[in-house]
Amino acid sequence: MTSDENNTTTIKVGAAGKDVGGYDAAQLTRLQGDARQITARYPHARSGLLPMLHLVQAEDGYVSPTGIAFCADELGLTTAEVSAVATFYTQYKRHPNGEYTVGVCTNTLCAVMGGDAIWDGLTEHLGVGHDETTPDGKVTLERIECNAACDYAPVVMVNWEFFDNQTPDSARATVDKLQAGEKVVPTRGADSVCSFKQMSRVLAGFTDGRADEGVGAGEATQRGTVLAKERGWAAPEFPAATPVPADATATPATPATDATPATGAPQSSAERPATLPADTAKES
Amino acid sequence: MSVSTLTPVLSAQWDATRSWTLATYEAGGGYAGLRHAFTQEPAAVLATVKDSGLRGRGGAGFPTGLKWSFLPAPDGGPRYLVVNADESEPGTCKDVPLMMATPQYLIEGSIITSYAIGCHHAFIYVRGEVLHVYRRLLRAVEEAYAAGYLGKNIMGTGYDLDITVHAGAGAYICGEETALLDSLEGLRGQPRLKPPFPAVEGLYARPTVVNNVESIASVPAIVMGGSDWFRTMGTEKSAGFGLFSLSGHVVRPGQYEAPLGITLRELLDLAGGIREGHELKFWTPGGSSTPLFTAEHLDVPLDYESVGAAGSMLGTRALQIFDETTCVVRAVTRWMEFYAHESCGKCTPCREGTYWLKAVLRRIEAGQGSMEDLDVLLDTCDNILGRAFCALGDGATSPVTSALKHFRAEFEQHITAGACPLDPAASALFGYPPRDAGRLAGQMAGTVQA
Ligand SMILES: Cc1cc2nc3c(=O)[nH]c(=O)nc-3n(C[C@H](O)[C@H](O)[C@H](O)COP(=O)(O)O)c2cc1C
Ligand code: SF4
Ligand code: FES
Repeated sequence: MTSDENNTTTIKVGAAGKDVGGYDAAQLTRLQGDARQITARYPHARSGLLPMLHLVQAEDGYVSPTGIAFCADELGLTTAEVSAVATFYTQYKRHPNGEYTVGVCTNTLCAVMGGDAIWDGLTEHLGVGHDETTPDGKVTLERIECNAACDYAPVVMVNWEFFDNQTPDSARATVDKLQAGEKVVPTRGADSVCSFKQMSRVLAGFTDGRADEGVGAGEATQRGTVLAKERGWAAPEFPAATPVPADATATPATPATDATPATGAPQSSAERPATLPADTAKES
Repeated sequence: MSVSTLTPVLSAQWDATRSWTLATYEAGGGYAGLRHAFTQEPAAVLATVKDSGLRGRGGAGFPTGLKWSFLPAPDGGPRYLVVNADESEPGTCKDVPLMMATPQYLIEGSIITSYAIGCHHAFIYVRGEVLHVYRRLLRAVEEAYAAGYLGKNIMGTGYDLDITVHAGAGAYICGEETALLDSLEGLRGQPRLKPPFPAVEGLYARPTVVNNVESIASVPAIVMGGSDWFRTMGTEKSAGFGLFSLSGHVVRPGQYEAPLGITLRELLDLAGGIREGHELKFWTPGGSSTPLFTAEHLDVPLDYESVGAAGSMLGTRALQIFDETTCVVRAVTRWMEFYAHESCGKCTPCREGTYWLKAVLRRIEAGQGSMEDLDVLLDTCDNILGRAFCALGDGATSPVTSALKHFRAEFEQHITAGACPLDPAASALFGYPPRDAGRLAGQMAGTVQA
């Protein structure tokens, strides 16, 4: 972990003149290389800010003041602008995170199915509350929202890998292993849970080569697929006439368009019908 | 075809060995749709999708082809496809397993869509809380480049496309399409004023199509089978197949891909029914933002029109199922804690309204409410619905108003008895000792704050 900005004697100044003195010269060069790979993925560099904040967490274990200065420097922003973004998103940590983030889903479905009991058990067992870290620095406990795995409720996430169909005992066993430095294996995910920093580096868009580990689909995911096979059900066949050319040679012509919609016409996903004049009127 | 037959298309390969690889995908017929699309003009591809009647699978059900056709005529500048892979609506759990098991469906669909709309750089915005899904997507894109399905001069057509997979960082609101665009531009994810709609001014103020993962993943099959094939499934106005996600107190929760218009009764039959010895109490047809249904609604066809006519919304087909052991006040309170936490704070009705709804609901759940509180709840919902800047605020009122409509007596019971009449342990999948009310209240006070 990088130390705070206080204990450096030589102040490092990045390209745009911001103090990124918490990083030594080698670190800074390496991070700048990474940051440039990130911004190269986008037509506009600023789109790289979210991945760059993940990168900072990969380096420092949280969004450190030095990391904020680094992002600001890379993107020509003020540190206030970077902080404003960092504080908006729950995955960016304002304090050094534990080596493992253990998130218990306590949104309604999981809570009802037993997530509340899992949460109670873990918070008691670890002696920490939401967004608090055990004294050994191993586990940061969190209550998390629905993580798109309700068919596996109750769900626990460890460094954002799936631990499906949990019980208070299974969750306690997992955190015990984490604290003992033993390997833990998600139910759907890589062959072992990586560290918070390693995870953050993947979220910054740098692959760790582990995509081929683990299952494709868990049991609940496959239930409809398997049942349909058992019963001999399938979607209708494609019409026989559909030609499948070995080689496609069409030249793309101008993209298709229809009319441009009138102002206020529904056309995006219009999540609700217009109910008020304000829905369809231009503001000021 | 009888409606109670499953029609796996997107889920057809979910039980395959190494289902996520390009090799498995191609062995199962993958990328035939792209080859077929490349034999046609983009306009013809768009017309097929439009004629198919495919409606957005991300919740709102807007016709997909029609949305694409709203892009203004090309002006020589860039136009973008942004795939919404933020899947965070409580109960919704279809896109994440799809991307984990068969990410190539989404990649092929993205390429065909980009071709149809004249896009040369597409983005997949995936929520940051699903690490292995992000790995799989990165790998899928890598494989597609290596096979020549992405990059320059794809399959000798002269068509170029790049795809960037972008991880979010935890914020439900970033699923709202304009908030997603702001987030993708490196800003706080807050909704934009519409109009201008993304089709006109989207990513970097350029014409942009935003579609849900399942919508885009459905495109290759539609291109292969044709619009009439797609329309052999579903109903006239709600065409095709869709993933129905069953969770909660059912014997075999999971993903069931079926024609739109199937009923919960039929789905429950396939999923083994409500857990042994219990009965259905309430359920969400399309996620927590859609008004609750009860056992009365078991035979409502799950298509956009029928669910709407019955007073709710098809949403994301996220069927969260609760039996008679579940306290509806507890369920709604927890959802409201979610909305209050996730409210982006941009507009007052939602920011303040969800805060107060949460406080009043907590009070009622803890047995400390009054009968007037029920009116406060309804009044507050009134002040949010139709006045919020985006649909998060409107959606937050759905569980409250629908629960009060169907279960007012249960709210009153909490108030008159001064406690919850139900035991939370009874609804869990495993036994645990009951907690005392004081600890519950103390623990709730220490939970996530917005
Ligand atoms: C608060 C909120 C959250 C949303 N979350 C998602 C989401 O996670 N995924 C999604 O596809 N659409 C989500 N939507 C809907 C999108 O705004 C948009 O309608 C959708 O991505 C359009 O795609 P479709 O037409 O293919 O459905 C959300 C909407 C709101 C208001
Ligand atoms: S309705 Fe809620 S989430 Fe939407 S803009 Fe207003 S405060 Fe933000
Ligand atoms: S409610 Fe826990 S994963 Fe959906």
